[in-house]
Amino acid sequence: MRFQQIDQFAAELKADTRAAVYDGSKKGHEKRTKLLFDEYADPDRLRRIAGEVKQHVVENLDTYLPQVEAKLKANGVIVHWAATAEAANQAVLGIMRARGATKMVKAKTMVSEETELAHFLEKHGMEALETDLGEFIVQIDGDHPSHIVKPIIHKNRREIATSFEKNGLGAYNDDPQTITRRARHFLRHKYLEADVGLTGANFVSAESGRLVLVTNEGNSRFCLAATKCHIAMVGIEKIVPRDYDLALFLNLLARSGTAQELTVYTEFISGPKSPTQPDGPEEMHVIFVDNGRTEVLASDCRDILRCIRCGACLNVCPVYRQASGHAYRSVYPGPVGAVLSPLMMGDKFPQKADLPKASSLCGACHEVCPVNIPIPDLLLRLRNRAKEENVPSPGTPPMGAWALLASQPTAWRASLFGGKIINYLPTKLLPIPALRAWEAKRSLPAWRGGEFRKWLKTRKGRADFSPTAPSRAEAKKAD
Amino acid sequence: MSSSDDRESILSRVRGALAPLHKRAAMPDYTTELAVMRQMMGSRDGLVVFSERLALVNAIALTDPVALVARLRENKWLHGYCDPALWPALAPHFGADFKVETTYDRKRVDDYAFGITRAVGAIAETGTIVLNDATTSRRLGALTPWVHIAVVERAKIFSDLPEAVAGLGQDTNVIWVTGPSKTADVEGILIEGVHGPGIQIALVV
Ligand code: SF4
Repeated sequence: MRFQQIDQFAAELKADTRAAVYDGSKKGHEKRTKLLFDEYADPDRLRRIAGEVKQHVVENLDTYLPQVEAKLKANGVIVHWAATAEAANQAVLGIMRARGATKMVKAKTMVSEETELAHFLEKHGMEALETDLGEFIVQIDGDHPSHIVKPIIHKNRREIATSFEKNGLGAYNDDPQTITRRARHFLRHKYLEADVGLTGANFVSAESGRLVLVTNEGNSRFCLAATKCHIAMVGIEKIVPRDYDLALFLNLLARSGTAQELTVYTEFISGPKSPTQPDGPEEMHVIFVDNGRTEVLASDCRDILRCIRCGACLNVCPVYRQASGHAYRSVYPGPVGAVLSPLMMGDKFPQKADLPKASSLCGACHEVCPVNIPIPDLLLRLRNRAKEENVPSPGTPPMGAWALLASQPTAWRASLFGGKIINYLPTKLLPIPALRAWEAKRSLPAWRGGEFRKWLKTRKGRADFSPTAPSRAEAKKAD
Repeated sequence: MSSSDDRESILSRVRGALAPLHKRAAMPDYTTELAVMRQMMGSRDGLVVFSERLALVNAIALTDPVALVARLRENKWLHGYCDPALWPALAPHFGADFKVETTYDRKRVDDYAFGITRAVGAIAETGTIVLNDATTSRRLGALTPWVHIAVVERAKIFSDLPEAVAGLGQDTNVIWVTGPSKTADVEGILIEGVHGPGIQIALVV
């Protein structure tokens, strides 16, 4: 029997990895809830308003994009546009070549993961070093991040210590403090040698052109203190209308993402360094990247463009916890990825059409989302699209036979009785492949088909199905 | 394709995608009061709340330079960088066992155990220190040493985030620092002092 790709991946996941992902995401979620509800009278109202602000931006990007561009230019920033991942990478390469630069230090940015910028630059003879500890480990390992906020949630300290040793960063030592110190010493000299610092942006204010960057490690601050040229790769949906709105979003982002009141470094960058400041970039570039976002904007799932990449929906998702991020085969895993990744594929949607189906539609992602994205609704729309485009769905049991039985009482009764046979059949002879697969990992309860009908018959004539509710007659008397 | 072709193609795709919408979502009307933590400030003094919140993010508030010097000495943090504008007032408190430079040499990053620079303000609600280009003598001096001491004026403590956002001003580089640099990337275990300071001190004057 064939599974959908995501199910296959989850089935083969190492127990270690599953445990690491499960514990990591659960911890993050529990802390978040406590923080929000202790500190705000009505945290849901915050989420709703933040969602409305971002929906407004998304539906008015045609006005906001030119507005923010004009503001950035007025601030002395050089603005570039990139329709595709390739164009974005070329823009970065062009800037580096024009400066005669060969070394870049990178802060964490999901857009650069989308475009695989570091690989691209290395292929063109540039050094492009990740500086976020997790991303750095992923880079020296030749691995991929599996979570948008905690890139190495799938790794344990022993694996990290082994790859540090392999990469000449000291003899094997799996103490997290030692690992962090070694990275500190290695990377600080790299920042100081580099000419270009690359970051993303969590928000861009249309009013002031300020880029807001949040990190805990201080790596993006280091990029902007040590290098002479700042390049920011920014998705076109990252805008907020006013500086005023930033307080709302910053409050929600840190709490939802890492269960902090505020991230350690929150940077507001509106241009190259001030003339009197000796450290930092003299030149600043912003590259606005589409790379599939306008596809999403044109779809009936554009709400997903509100996303502020906090990772809360990953942490809370029962499917993500079991499957881990790599199962989603995309830069964006978890519920947000199940919506975003297939849409960003454009015409190649069918390649990732299995992702929207990997959900129990429990609704937890919607409940935690700081911008109130109705992810389960969007997943259903995408399932529908897959159906309409006739995307094959391996592993899904055929429902035709069931529909036939369920619509004919006689056939149904007969099948209920016949079902008893299942109790005596060995698993591998079960007539339905999906059931066989299910039984391979679990055991079916004994067949009790027909019991409900029997029970219902004995209750005939009584309108009340709940043992505690008063009967209709009793309710009438009480009136 | 050039960047300007890409600009046109992106903007026309955006317009095309939005054209079928009959109505665009309106900007909600709200006040940022909403985003202020409840029962944090009340009528309490800004410095009291700031010190309390600073402790929660594992940073330290001091009001006396003597206490600062004692702490540095106790930990053998004897070599550091200090903003030249601050040094005349601080120098009398430091003994001959200290080596304090008022110029920062980026070739010797590992020499500086501490860095003293000015902050432009602070935020009480979150225990945050606000730095900018105008008041920070060297970005690297505030970032690379193991200990960062930010000199904050008591009168410049904002009560909450919305107030601090309103007070961002014209500086092109405003940084809010809330506690020491940290990570939880390895198995979710909290480690302080990743790329920036492992110890963050606010000296309130
Ligand atoms: S969809 Fe919502 S919860 Fe998920 S990452 Fe984006 S903002 Fe966070």
